Formats: sequence, structure tokens, C-alpha cells
Amino acid sequence: MAKNVKPRVKVPKSAAVGESIVIKTLIKHKMESGQRKDKDGKTIPRSIINRFVCDFNGQNVIDVSLEPAISTNPFIQFEAVVLEAGEYRFFWYDDDGSVYEKTKKIAVG
Amino acid sequence: MIIKILMTLYITALAGTLAWAGEDSSLTVEGQEIKISAQAPAHAENLDMVYSGWVFRTDETQSLQMDDFDNPAFVFVDEGIDLFSKVDGSEVKSCAGCHTNLADFSGLRASMPKVVDGKLLSMEDLVNGCRVKRMGADPWKWSGTEMTAMTALIGLQSRGMEIQVKIDGEAAELWKTGKELYYARVGQLDMSCANCHEDNYGNMIRADHLSQGQINGFPTYRLKNAKLNSVHGRFKGCMKNIRATPYKEGGDEFRALELYLASRGNGLSVETPSVRN
Repeated sequence: MAKNVKPRVKVPKSAAVGESIVIKTLIKHKMESGQRKDKDGKTIPRSIINRFVCDFNGQNVIDVSLEPAISTNPFIQFEAVVLEAGEYRFFWYDDDGSVYEKTKKIAVG
Repeated sequence: MIIKILMTLYITALAGTLAWAGEDSSLTVEGQEIKISAQAPAHAENLDMVYSGWVFRTDETQSLQMDDFDNPAFVFVDEGIDLFSKVDGSEVKSCAGCHTNLADFSGLRASMPKVVDGKLLSMEDLVNGCRVKRMGADPWKWSGTEMTAMTALIGLQSRGMEIQVKIDGEAAELWKTGKELYYARVGQLDMSCANCHEDNYGNMIRADHLSQGQINGFPTYRLKNAKLNSVHGRFKGCMKNIRATPYKEGGDEFRALELYLASRGNGLSVETPSVRN
């Protein structure tokens, strides 16, 4: 498992119905590309976050596939239209199989 | 006549100095007003106004600092929070074991560095002092990731507070040493700090604006190396640029220089952790 992985998410606490909100996410991850070599000339194995998903009340909002050229601590920002109160769930899929998860509630009104 | 020409030259030079990116903008971080300019303190006799380094940066870099989520330094502050409660050393203690409330550090950064019992102490000394004496742990490297994460976390507790470094009493002698270092020409390029940061702030150096070299935002996240940078680490970078042999991090020279520079920023707000290029 990649070391010191930590997700961070920023979602407004509340929004009006039909409002478009900005969601910011960042995961602390080394994003080792698999192209680099260590001092002995051996390839450092690839270790990246390869997929990011955000769901709202069970419905998918965004599904991103990430590639090796993406830099350390990937920051993803997107907009979502709020139609009802509920819960955003965020998932980051690591190359090693681990899944990091974070949830944020949002109220309407 | 000569005086008149000199006057004109002086005014042109001054107008040139004031032509940087955002001298009339203001900085608000998470709803808190940060003072980015102030009347220069009396002991900075060659300056009228002091400006935070934030003023000299591009709009994009400036906006990174205005939101704690966008500010990449907070990845390291988070690390600092983890380190704060991590047990280490022979005494099996963590920082949080004694310092139960992080907010108690409020105001500390604004007064650093300061003289305690005849010794000039930087924030790094306080951290390592605790680690060695109270925790029985190994001291951290002056500009290492752990140290900068911790000094950023502690400094953050004072963000927005006015810098007021003491330069009288026991500090007076050391402050004078720092001032001499600031104006001393060194290195193959034979330059002093003042040549760039006092005579030419706001002007271009290659593709970049020179700042006044204020240290109110340290440790600072630099886009060029994507990590937090300590004050002494930055001094080293400057000295290498003028082809001088840098003094030692944590050495007497840099300590004195840090005291002098901090005092030149008296009146500005603590910006820790700031974002620069």
C-alpha cells in the first residue's frame, strides 16, 4: 500500500435546489509513474491512483480514469447540480487494489 | 540643476519600482483579512512601506493562497497534525501529550525569532528543544519535511496576527549582526541582500519580480520545488544565486539574519503557510 495516502474533499454544507456547486478533491499520493529508475538502474514500479469516482445518493456524478503522467497529489475539481439533500461519496482506486473513501453530506435550503 | 536632474531620476526610479503585479489588491484567506502592506518600521530606515511577497506574485499564484483547499501547503500541514500526535522517543510522548490545545500557539509565530536566556531561538529550536529534552527523541533536520510541516502547523495558529519581533534589550547585539550581514556584499557577484530586495524590489530579475524578501509567510510552499521551504533554506538559495558559499542552516549567521529580516516585516501579518513561485 502506498504510504501516507490521505484524501481531502471540500463540499459546501448547503445549497439551493437546482444550484450548481463546486466540489474540490485532493488525494495525497506519490503517483509513481513507473517510468523512473532508482540508483541501481532498476525500474521503480508504477503506483498511482487509476480511477476516481463520485456518487450522490447512489447515482454516479463523475467517473475519471487517471493515467501515469498525472502529477503527485492529484487535485480534481468539478461542478454538480444539487436537486435534493443527500450524501456525496468519493472513491479513489489505487493500483495496489486499495480503495480510499470519503463522504460528505449536503443540505438544501 | 544637478539636484533637479537627480530628483527627476529619483522619481522615475520610484515610479518604476511601483509597477508590479498587484500592489493595490488585498488578501483575504478564509474570510480573514491579511495585511500585505504596512508603514515600514522606523529601524528599516531605507524603506517607506513594507510589502508581503504575495504582492509581487502573479494572479494565479496569489489565488492559490486565498483558499486553504487550493493552498498546496495544507497537504503538509495535515502531515504536521499527524506528527503532532505521534508518539516518539524514549519518553513515549507526543507533542499533543503536553500541548493539549494547538490554539495555545496563537501569537508565537508573530514574535519569532526571539532571545531566551541569552540565546537567539528560531521556531525550529523550540521544536527540537521539545523533541530532545522532553520526548527523548532525535532532533529533526532543520529544513526536513517533518520540521517544516511542524513549523507550518504552529505558524498557522498565528495567521493574520501582526508580526512584532523584539529587537531591543538582549536582542540588540544580534540584531546589529543581522543588519551587517544584510548589507554585506558577498560571493562572486559581490552582492548584498539589499542590492536586490531593497534597491530593486518590484523590478524584474530574469522573468520574475523581485520581492522585498519579507519572511512573514514562512515556511512557504514554493511551486518550483513543490514542498515547504524553511527561512534558512531560502537564504541558502539566495546565496547560491549570487555565487556565494551559503552559511549553515541553524548557524549563527542565518539566525541573526532571520532576526533582522523578521524585524523588517514588523507590521505585516503572519501568512504562514504562504504560496510563492
